[in-house]
Amino acid sequence: MPRTLFEKVWDNHVVKPQTAGTPAVLYIDLHLVHEVTSPQAFTVMRERGLKVRRPDQTLGTMDHSTPTTPRNAQGIIPIMDVQASKQLNIFTKNCDDFGIPLYSLGTENQGIVHVIGPEQGLTQPGMTIVCGDSHTSTHGAFGALGFGIGTSEVGHVLATQTLLQYQPKTMAIKVDGTLADGVVAKDIILAVLAKIGVGGGTGHVFEYMGSAIRSLSMDGRMTICNMSIEGGARAGMVSPDETTFEYVAGRPYAPKGAEWDAAIAKWRELPTDEGATFDAEVVLNADDLIPQITYGTNPGMGMSITDHVPSPSDFAEVDKRMAMDKALTYMGLEAGQQLLGKEIDVVFVGSCTNSRISDLRTAAKMIKGRKVADSVRMMVVPGSQQVKAQAESEGLDEIFKQAGAEWREAGCSMCIAMNGDQLAPGQYAVSTSNRNFEGRQGKGGRTFLASPLTAVAAAVNGTITDPRDMYERSMA
Amino acid sequence: MEPINKVSGKIAPLPINDIDTDQIIPARFLKTTDKNGLGKQAFFDWRYNADGTDKSDFVLNQPEYKEASVLIAGNNFGCGSSREHAPWALLGMGWKAVVSTEFADIFRNNALKNGLLPIIVDEETQQQLVSLAEEDPETTVSISLEDQTLQLPDGRKVEFPIDEFSKQCLLKGVDQMGYLLDLDDDITAYEESNVKRVNTHQPTA
Ligand code: SF4
Repeated sequence: MPRTLFEKVWDNHVVKPQTAGTPAVLYIDLHLVHEVTSPQAFTVMRERGLKVRRPDQTLGTMDHSTPTTPRNAQGIIPIMDVQASKQLNIFTKNCDDFGIPLYSLGTENQGIVHVIGPEQGLTQPGMTIVCGDSHTSTHGAFGALGFGIGTSEVGHVLATQTLLQYQPKTMAIKVDGTLADGVVAKDIILAVLAKIGVGGGTGHVFEYMGSAIRSLSMDGRMTICNMSIEGGARAGMVSPDETTFEYVAGRPYAPKGAEWDAAIAKWRELPTDEGATFDAEVVLNADDLIPQITYGTNPGMGMSITDHVPSPSDFAEVDKRMAMDKALTYMGLEAGQQLLGKEIDVVFVGSCTNSRISDLRTAAKMIKGRKVADSVRMMVVPGSQQVKAQAESEGLDEIFKQAGAEWREAGCSMCIAMNGDQLAPGQYAVSTSNRNFEGRQGKGGRTFLASPLTAVAAAVNGTITDPRDMYERSMA
Repeated sequence: MEPINKVSGKIAPLPINDIDTDQIIPARFLKTTDKNGLGKQAFFDWRYNADGTDKSDFVLNQPEYKEASVLIAGNNFGCGSSREHAPWALLGMGWKAVVSTEFADIFRNNALKNGLLPIIVDEETQQQLVSLAEEDPETTVSISLEDQTLQLPDGRKVEFPIDEFSKQCLLKGVDQMGYLLDLDDDITAYEESNVKRVNTHQPTA
């Protein structure tokens, strides 16, 4: 029977199949851990006297609560927050005690968990990858099954390298056509989310397909898969192809020599078979797409940048009217207003959605020779130390600094506002991150999610701006 | 974990759709390395003024809902971040069950592993419960996990779905890790018949 990519990866990892009374037991190839969602799991491991079953399939990195302030004269990134410092120390001890390799703050491979896995070649097609972090969906860009888990489940994987899971349903997200200049992967996923809403994919795994997805780089595919969870899907995948293989080849943990050839042969069997069926389907045309931006307090509240903010009265259902009303009140926006021209305070380029080298390259290309508006604070936060080093070797840091932007150390930064980087109450930000929930970027802060291009255009003009003109002039 | 079967308690309305886990427990409180003590921080930014006093317009701050233990929420409860701190915080605040038409997948999994019951009902029942809670804060419901029913004050019983495995674990008060630990032989057999894909201790040569 023809099978989908997801079904193949799932089937390959079933230790014990699902029955009427029990979920399937699924084997996990790679477990990524970070300081915030793991401590309580390690406590349980100690209480029960357990060892980590596969420390050699586990990797730790520090990212969420780490400061991104520039290094001091000694080359050290100072941690001023006592609680964060304690959490990071406990994490270091946990990794040491249980034999888990750790990329500590400031070391050469440290970075956001979903940036480092792919970067190191640990993320490979056909694998199962989990992390106590909902954006583990990012790794699906490689044709891996990556999904976020809670801390109890982190414990399950540490102890047994398996998880109890019910097989989810599948949803095909077909995006055909060609993106216009100035329209990028982030715009695709924001448009998908605006279409299906934040609960639209609950219970499903997405597979993104179609010519527009095929022509994206791996960085672009990661941006899209990253935000699958924003549609309620725990995982989002792309069938692997030459673009995937080319990206993985030669990376530190990628198979080499004869093993590479064997791996590729297996990976070529993974793409969804002709005739395989999905439980649901969503179709989007890339030709018509223009830059997207969110106006509300969840990632599904988005629209084309030239559109007008919806009105609560557009909705028939009381709960939807209330939700819209609540969102507009929080955001300080009027129903029916345009966002174009709206003044903003902060621009954040970073997060596991858009902090990879290609994101920084396009942002730098666009800001080169321009200045960040006086009224705006722009932060550029590379996703990893490797991305940072690469960007610096290309002189991108200098371009950002000359434009008046801050160039910072790698980490989650203002995406999650638990590390010192945050909005002040009432401030407006255009952010390349993935969540615009109330307070997500700082208590009372108000977030517009958009692409790195839209973020740069906003930084330069000090207002929400359609990036297409500026983009074309930059590329000319 | 204590076995759970019957839960009854007063209900409180929070009929907001898509309540995400950043609202349930803001990220700045995730620097803890403990599960306990998060109850005070649940719904923090909706619940407290800048000076730490209760916000009078937040429904769960109304004195008549202070004893409630069954939260009647809007659709798609618990979306967003995978933080298990969300059910820890809700339990810490005194909730034993949350009723909604739909739960985000990760939140539901996390809740079930901690004995916070995610009760899925149809939209009509949800709206009826919201109205009941608003009209009479003394309203109580009783939930039977064994029978998978939620009983309304008028005696009507509404069935709710829950997977058999989680149900048995909750009824018996056992956690799910024990089940997996017992499968050691199966896991070893799987490992032996499948090539290991990566070794995080050793970059490839
Ligand atoms: S960058 Fe943001 S979304 Fe990504 S892992 Fe960090 S906190 Fe989570």
